[in-house]
Amino acid sequence: MSMHLWIIPLLPLTGAAINGLLGKRFPKALVNTIALGFTAASFAMALWVAAQFAGLSPDQIPHIERYATWLSAGAFSAEYGLYLDQLSVIMMLVVTGVGFLIHVYSVGYMEHEGGYYRYFAYLNIFMFFMLTLVLANNYLLMFVGWEGVGLASYLLVGFWFLKKTAADAGKKAFITNRVGDFGFLIALFLLIKHFGTLQYDSLWPLVSQYPVESGAAGLMTAIGLLLLVGATGKSAQIPLYVWLPDAMEGPTPVSALIHAATMVTAGVYMVARSHLVFNRAPDAQMAVAVIGTLTAIFAASIGIVQTDIKKVLAYSTISQLGYMFMACGVLDYVGGIFHLMTHAFFKALLFLAAGSVIHGLGGEQDMRHMGGLRKYLPYTFWSMTIATFAIAGLPPFAGFFSKDRILWSAWSSGYHIVWLLGVITAGMTSFYMFRLWFLTFFGEYRGPNPEAAGQGHDADAQDTHAAGGNHGHGSPHESPWVMVVPLLILALLSFVGGWIGVPHSLQGSDRFGTFLSPVFTEASATPGAATATPTEGKQESEETSTELAFTCISVGLAALGFILAWYLYYKRPELPERMAKAAGGFYTLVLNKYKIDELYGAVIIQPLILLSTNVFWKGIDRGLIDGAVDGSAVGAEETSDAMRQMQSGNIRSYAGWVAVGAAAVIAFMVWRGVR
Amino acid sequence: MIPLSYYLILSAILFACGVAGFLIKRNIITIFLSIELMLNGVNLSFVAFAAQLNKLEGHIFVFFVMVVAAAEAAVGLAIIIAVFRTRETLNVDRVNLLKL
Repeated sequence: MSMHLWIIPLLPLTGAAINGLLGKRFPKALVNTIALGFTAASFAMALWVAAQFAGLSPDQIPHIERYATWLSAGAFSAEYGLYLDQLSVIMMLVVTGVGFLIHVYSVGYMEHEGGYYRYFAYLNIFMFFMLTLVLANNYLLMFVGWEGVGLASYLLVGFWFLKKTAADAGKKAFITNRVGDFGFLIALFLLIKHFGTLQYDSLWPLVSQYPVESGAAGLMTAIGLLLLVGATGKSAQIPLYVWLPDAMEGPTPVSALIHAATMVTAGVYMVARSHLVFNRAPDAQMAVAVIGTLTAIFAASIGIVQTDIKKVLAYSTISQLGYMFMACGVLDYVGGIFHLMTHAFFKALLFLAAGSVIHGLGGEQDMRHMGGLRKYLPYTFWSMTIATFAIAGLPPFAGFFSKDRILWSAWSSGYHIVWLLGVITAGMTSFYMFRLWFLTFFGEYRGPNPEAAGQGHDADAQDTHAAGGNHGHGSPHESPWVMVVPLLILALLSFVGGWIGVPHSLQGSDRFGTFLSPVFTEASATPGAATATPTEGKQESEETSTELAFTCISVGLAALGFILAWYLYYKRPELPERMAKAAGGFYTLVLNKYKIDELYGAVIIQPLILLSTNVFWKGIDRGLIDGAVDGSAVGAEETSDAMRQMQSGNIRSYAGWVAVGAAAVIAFMVWRGVR
Repeated sequence: MIPLSYYLILSAILFACGVAGFLIKRNIITIFLSIELMLNGVNLSFVAFAAQLNKLEGHIFVFFVMVVAAAEAAVGLAIIIAVFRTRETLNVDRVNLLKL
């Protein structure tokens, strides 16, 4: 039975083609209709497919549809084919669903911007590539989507390309991703070399025959680590996370869709998809856990001091992605994907709400100039509240269930330090999110007075949104309905989205886990993987109570973060500044993002630029290649110039040349002997 | 009988005179005459060889050369007159329009 899966990615592609090629002359309403129509159709199709999928019997899963052979070289071949299992169903629904909502929101947000058709064409093409990525039935096709979303990200980050920072941010995102892609590609080459195929269905049985490399690192460890390198690039993990904060130069809906909800989770998806490899490589899997954990706590610490509302959210995204990697690293792939899904809801909501705030303030992004917006933007406030509670991990919001599940898996699989750092990060997350919440919505409005509009903003206050700004801004105002409705839907999802994965310890049935775990069944069937399963000996009930205790710890820390934020940013708003002064150099260091950008600049970028400038450009390109080309041209010119002297136009000199030539011929004949 | 080498040496002298005149002189008529001199130097060697080897081909060649020389004289003198009419000079150094 065919479900015609190919229609799902093809619909947004059609929209992108129509808008991208012809949209320049279309009125905005038509551009909207096309972009939204194709995305909505894609979402509807995805829902239909999901319904069909639910009716499949377990032996029909994964459902694979093959359309054509894409390329074949010798024994290797890759095909156009789509792969549907529980994992890709979830990803497909998240991408099309959240993607559609963000398209709707964009109609309002981008209303006053130039390049409207271009924006929607990019957004649609992103949907196409992302769906290709999650639905592909082989790594090569996945890589096409992987690169494609990178392209879409580049185009959309640099959407306001006339602004140098935006254009630079786009380049940074693209180039940083190249580094990761290099690792990914090498991993694919290794797979081809050793297994001769990249098709999931023929690859998995081959990989399964490999033993767990618990003693010495081997092929699986190498592949795993290289895949991880690829994932750190796309999913903004240490050491390649630096592009994501800069990517906030793009329009806010783009930050929500690409740099929070979907694209950056591609790395997590890829690791989960490659779970068979990681199961066999404890070292690589340990690396995933370590990188995820470090990224989570590191990014959270930067997020605490940022003042730009989008930067806080960007670091928060990096930190939450760290949780997902942490989950994959402790072999709780279900938890990772669960957090991926809930994160898609609440982080998309956070970004869209932040966008709504920015929209309402006419481009203001600095939280120090916000405050008291609760009464101006009530819908935004309430949806932001739900999202904040969700990300902080307070029950019964979505983030609580997924984060708690990850933390519990970390503890129960023996990674106690990972758990500890994770819990601390949870507290920090709660703190910086409530800091954002209090700074933005409570207290007094600190923005420029509408009457005294001449004051203006700080020089560094980014006026991104109003870059094309032709609508005057008086006092803050609520966003139009077309933006508010997606907020409300996402708020609902952030609220109830976690309920499908209520753990057994809370008398839940963990339907999400039950649904998804067949994909990863092999994971638990590999007890050799160092620390995979919880110790068997414990009593079920005892374990449940332990899990409950740990839940209480993390909720307690989240509540602590809330109280701290409330005290510092609501009750005693003058305190944080004093504390910052007291912390002195350390505060500045964190505010400057630990100077990692500067470090990379000094260690990698500057030497590279110097090398490129002096050796590759001035030395090889200009000296050697240009030298050879120019040299031959100059040589030809000089020779011709010398030869030209012979053609003086003077008849007697011609005659002289003839005579000399004849004499030369005769001399030659005499010398050689005439025959 | 006069040895062949005498003819050949005279022929070479005539030819060399022609070449020298061609290279040295500026007057186009003189240059023209120098060409005739070279042709006749060559003619002389042809007939000398023909007489020496008792063959007719040498004589026939000479007739051909004379015919071509006559035709050349007709065309050449016509060109010289045309050049003189436009340039009002017979100095070849001043007839250099072909030069860039």
